[in-house]
Amino acid sequence: MDRMASNLLDGAIGFDDPTNPSPLIGRLLLVEDCVETSGAFVLHHLLKRAFSSPNSSNAVIFLAFSQSFVHYDRILRKLGCNLAAQRDNGRFVFFDMLTLGCSGEKTRSGKETDEGVLVGLYCKIQRAVDALIQENKKHVTIVIDDISLLEVAANGSSNLVLDFLHYCHTLLSEVGCSIIALDHEDVYMDIKRPLSLQLEYLADVLIKVGPLATGIAKDVHGQLTVLNKPVEGLQDKLRNRVQNFQFYIKENGTEFFYSGSRA
Amino acid sequence: MAATKPRTGSFSRNFSSAHSSKTPGYKHGPNGTTFISSGIPDLDKILCGGFPLGSLVLVMEDAEAPHHMLLLRNFMSQGLVHNQPLLYASPSRDPRGFLGTLPSPGASKDDKSRDNSSEQEKGLRIAWQYKKYFGDDQESTNAIDSKYEFCNDFDLRRPFDRHFFSGKHVECVSILDSSSLSNFRDRCATFLSQVPRNDGNISSAGRIAIQSLCAPQCDHSNMEWEMLSFLRYLKSMVRSSNAVAVVTFPPSLLSPSFSKRWQHMADTLLSVRAIPDEDKELAKLLTGYQDMVGLLNVHKVAQINTQVPKILEATTFSIKLQKRRYLVLECLNQAPIDVSSGSSYGSTGSCSGSSKTASLEF
Repeated sequence: MDRMASNLLDGAIGFDDPTNPSPLIGRLLLVEDCVETSGAFVLHHLLKRAFSSPNSSNAVIFLAFSQSFVHYDRILRKLGCNLAAQRDNGRFVFFDMLTLGCSGEKTRSGKETDEGVLVGLYCKIQRAVDALIQENKKHVTIVIDDISLLEVAANGSSNLVLDFLHYCHTLLSEVGCSIIALDHEDVYMDIKRPLSLQLEYLADVLIKVGPLATGIAKDVHGQLTVLNKPVEGLQDKLRNRVQNFQFYIKENGTEFFYSGSRA
Repeated sequence: MAATKPRTGSFSRNFSSAHSSKTPGYKHGPNGTTFISSGIPDLDKILCGGFPLGSLVLVMEDAEAPHHMLLLRNFMSQGLVHNQPLLYASPSRDPRGFLGTLPSPGASKDDKSRDNSSEQEKGLRIAWQYKKYFGDDQESTNAIDSKYEFCNDFDLRRPFDRHFFSGKHVECVSILDSSSLSNFRDRCATFLSQVPRNDGNISSAGRIAIQSLCAPQCDHSNMEWEMLSFLRYLKSMVRSSNAVAVVTFPPSLLSPSFSKRWQHMADTLLSVRAIPDEDKELAKLLTGYQDMVGLLNVHKVAQINTQVPKILEATTFSIKLQKRRYLVLECLNQAPIDVSSGSSYGSTGSCSGSSKTASLEF
């Protein structure tokens, strides 16, 4: 049906499967990137994808910890998608979280407040989801950009962040949302990394973004590894599907190609 | 990058004409960004224009050398020249004393002749058919520079006159004693409230320079999450105002994962490194090794309002002092192997050397 210029990334996530037009329903997609290569373009790509599909029952709740609305709006506009208009339509709910958890007096008072911050945030999300469902938006996507900053907002308590994510995860099964989250892989290098491991365990689709092993190149911006865990009950898809390819980011979209196959 | 290049080329003329109505010290960049100068002409060129307003610049220090101070000083001096409000914070007892070490703008006439002559030389050396591939961009930026003095050359040996910043808006903060960063954060907030972002016209741009934020002598140096939270707050505040914050930090004092978190926070990420005095192998590999005082690495270039990363021609530059006064950055001229495999190169060099002497003996 909506066979709009499918590319390797969409294929790997499963968008081009005719039997299941929205493969992300009830699933968590995790993007992991590193300092050298930002994975934000995957979020932009999926955001555009959510809004450009013909069925208008898609809606997005965006938790922006790292950038302002103007930034996303400009990028998405160049991709051919007007976020401001979508916001007015009620299909795009933007939470500006840039200053969440750093509001003046807090800092010293400790745990309860940090917890309060995330609990409050979850309540807001839940209300937003309920409102969207009321408006007959069947497929709600929650985008989190990014989780490491969510940790900073929670003052480093990874337990609180995990609780928050688990709560959000329950929304997946309850109302059939999907979650798209960005996280940085390299910030969990040295310590025992419960958060990143838990996240990877929770994730149904894991996309790792990294630089080329051979260093910087002008016409290849990096490489992607997509791990698509099988949907339960499908015997023929028991094995994880892992795909590797490279990408080149442009203002109006991203090119995906297998290594060495770029024309 | 390659795809966007012709486009920026065709628009560059418009930029310069639109620029003429603007106040000096600001330059319009792509995607609705506005640049201010880093105070080092070469660094502006490397970063494709300078530091975009609303960005957080992190500089990773060399723990044993003060090269980050060179960047900070020029950044601050440039702000003073353009009459921009400045907030300087450092872990020293008397941060205002640092202002006495700021370099003053050099004699501009002299610089221009230097620039022009080098430009002409380059022109002569380049075969004419290759000329169209570059030069165009450089010329236009040069034209803007010389006309509006977007960026000055600073004479590192001549300090700013004391009376010069008496009338200017300069705030100095010591972050040594502040037991928590909340006081300092409020200070930054009030400073940034003077330069709010209103669409279109830029009346003034603020500069925040913070030296060694996580220095061990500060009380807050062991509160890693609080520092991150401060950085995050600073970034979001800077985003919503016409300002650039340059923060230097010694990454070796942070745990590796926190160092990475800091690096993720940066819009523009640079690192400086001293080069050892007597590194014979490096001296063999690089031309002009004697004049170098250090190396500058560009890890990240700010991507504001765009998703396309800037791929630079080179990411490592040598820091040199021209005539012992002016800070210049140059690409490394090196043999087509990297420094890490330099030992093998050095050994083969000595091998051939020994064989030569052997042949002489015979």
